[in-house]
Amino acid sequence: MRVIMDYFVNLGRKVIAALEKTGRGHMLFVKMVAGFDEILRRPSLLIRQLFYIGVLSVLLISLSGFFVGMVLGLQGFYTLSQFGAEASLGVMVAASLVRELGPVVTALLFAGRAGSALTAEIGLMKATEQLSGLEMMAVNPVRRVLTPRMFGGIVSMPLLAAMFSMFGVLGGWFVGVGLLGVDDGTYWSQMQGKIDLHEDIYNGVIKSVVFGVVCTWIALFEGFDSTPTSEGLSRATTRTVVHSAFAILGLDFILTAMMFGE
Amino acid sequence: MSVQDETPLVKIRNLHFSRGNKVIFDGVDMDIPRRKVTAIMGPSGTGKTTLLKLIGGQLRPEQGTVEVDGEDIHSLNTKALYKLRMRMGMLFQSGALLTDISVFENVAYPLREHTDLSSSMLRKLVLMKLEAVGLRGARDMMPSELSGGMARRVALARAIALDPMMIMYDEPFTGQDPISMGVLVKLIRSLNDAAHISSIVVSHDVQETLEIADQVFVISNGKVVESGSPNELAVSKLDWTQQFVKGLPDGPVPFHYPADDLNEDLLNS
Repeated sequence: MRVIMDYFVNLGRKVIAALEKTGRGHMLFVKMVAGFDEILRRPSLLIRQLFYIGVLSVLLISLSGFFVGMVLGLQGFYTLSQFGAEASLGVMVAASLVRELGPVVTALLFAGRAGSALTAEIGLMKATEQLSGLEMMAVNPVRRVLTPRMFGGIVSMPLLAAMFSMFGVLGGWFVGVGLLGVDDGTYWSQMQGKIDLHEDIYNGVIKSVVFGVVCTWIALFEGFDSTPTSEGLSRATTRTVVHSAFAILGLDFILTAMMFGE
Repeated sequence: MSVQDETPLVKIRNLHFSRGNKVIFDGVDMDIPRRKVTAIMGPSGTGKTTLLKLIGGQLRPEQGTVEVDGEDIHSLNTKALYKLRMRMGMLFQSGALLTDISVFENVAYPLREHTDLSSSMLRKLVLMKLEAVGLRGARDMMPSELSGGMARRVALARAIALDPMMIMYDEPFTGQDPISMGVLVKLIRSLNDAAHISSIVVSHDVQETLEIADQVFVISNGKVVESGSPNELAVSKLDWTQQFVKGLPDGPVPFHYPADDLNEDLLNS
């Protein structure tokens, strides 16, 4: 009997702790967004974060996009050639990238590169009392430290996803046209004709903005809420990557269903 | 001396605070005077740092009040709280310097945030503050290049940047070599006397703290065990205070953590 009681007590504790954490996360989100005027007052804070979060991720995203595009070109060519439809390679590569792979893979890479770095940075600032120090200097650490990073992530993600797709299309072209002999003009003209601005590109951009919000939010919250020890920080960083990956893939399904479902 | 000058700077009444099931403060009353060096002493884990965070409004008590300069700090709204904090400096144990900016920029930080000083005026002020702690020559260094003692002195320069009415020192002497410790002891006393700043020093370094303190509060088990001048504490009749001040390994605070009988423990395999 006691074992069963203990089980339910523990279960209840865990549920309450999870609800509390969710509540803290949402409160932090509201506070970060409410601090938007801080960026208007000091745009340099945002520009600095755009550099750290966005610019420093460009090489990783571009190279990854190029390789993914090359694989798409190769796989697409072999599949399409079975039906004599190699001419549609450009459309297939571009649609896959712009609708799905661009936003999703960029967000997964973003969570691993920028997200984990944000969690570690904020967690260390907390552990070394830098955030408390700001509070005691009458500076709000959420507005001063977290808000610029939040918006830095939101602005960076769609731009990075666009770069990913662009390099992916080039990678597909390199393999399809350069190596496998697909006609250059057909590759581009079919893509131009079939890829729809609203249906494909805008929907991809919406996805990447949503992923940008979620990934940056998770990363900042995990850092801000971390236990200020080396173990706590290590766990928080891991949680950032794992939770971000789940959130990206889950949200991708929901968004895809909403955008392309009948 | 005006009436306000005689009122305590920090007035703590019936303070209760717990972390989980552990009671940290169980009805603490304290009056911290103005323009004096007040030491709050006690063994590790008695909540000395927590007390500073309660005074600074970073934590909320379960019960009781903390008044700073006549204002109940936990009933203030955010704007008023931040306004009051601009008159409070705090020196954290780790220094809490921002690691991505230089020494100069760290000291300039509160001035840039809260004033509209011209850059030449700001530079002069920062250099004066750094001169006061003897580190004007280190202005271009990054926090990672500083020793622990230097980092604390830079943090002290930052804490006095806005000319606060009080500074709270969280374990300023911990982990310092004798020279750094001597420098910090001298700085705390001289800043207090020269700039008429009220100082609250939280520490368990008995000798150094008693050397500069005007008044001492000794806390243990969530309560103020004793208070008075360093001389009064030195001749205290309380066994607990004697053990703490003289650093005796055994006494009212036992050497052994509570455990079962040793023989029984050894025989029970």
